[in-house]
Amino acid sequence: MSELHTVNKSPFEKSSFDSCMAHVLEGSAVLLYEDGVYAATKGTAAAAKVAAAGGVKFYVLGPDLKARGLSEERLTDGVEVVDYAGFVDLAAEYGKVVSWV
Amino acid sequence: MKFAIQVNEGPYQHQASDSAYHFTKAALEKGHEIFRVFFYHDGVGNSTRLTTPPQDDRNIVERWAALAEQYDLDMVVCVAAAQRRGIVDDGEAERNGKDATNIHPKFRISGLGQLIEAAIQSERLVVFGD
Repeated sequence: MSELHTVNKSPFEKSSFDSCMAHVLEGSAVLLYEDGVYAATKGTAAAAKVAAAGGVKFYVLGPDLKARGLSEERLTDGVEVVDYAGFVDLAAEYGKVVSWV
Repeated sequence: MKFAIQVNEGPYQHQASDSAYHFTKAALEKGHEIFRVFFYHDGVGNSTRLTTPPQDDRNIVERWAALAEQYDLDMVVCVAAAQRRGIVDDGEAERNGKDATNIHPKFRISGLGQLIEAAIQSERLVVFGD
């Protein structure tokens, strides 16, 4: 079953993003929010992992990106920006939500 | 769709409560049902009516309460977590011999079974924590 994984911590602070990446399956999605948005930024170790994950969609929460002063130009290619309504849509679209808290 | 929300962190220290609130509000505005919001661990701190943030800051407790009022939300606080952290309603004050209560009337104290029930009855359980 496809899942929506949510990660809310920076990959440079905690290992939840790495744990998520070790478990996410093809056809699932990862939503990065709160400090998790840093995993969506270009030129980082996290960016390489995002790029290497085939068949996994990546989303980032726009308000949390903005709150941290990160512009969308800083995002790794292929990462899509959503708002809270988009977060809800993703939670409904995928079979279950796995919160990596 | 029917959602259950779990909040594991207190207000003002972590973003979890803010994120949970914005998610819950967005879901309700899209016409989804929130079966229950369950406050667990330090999340019980979201339920004290005595909170008094500066006037130019958001009042997280009142914000949850206003959402509950508007959408008739069931907001449940874990009893064991509440006892440890001094979140008290009339029943708990009586049972534990306390001289005051502090729970906001839009919240209610109950057991962990309410979280399990919410997870079973809902199509999605979304957890917000640290």
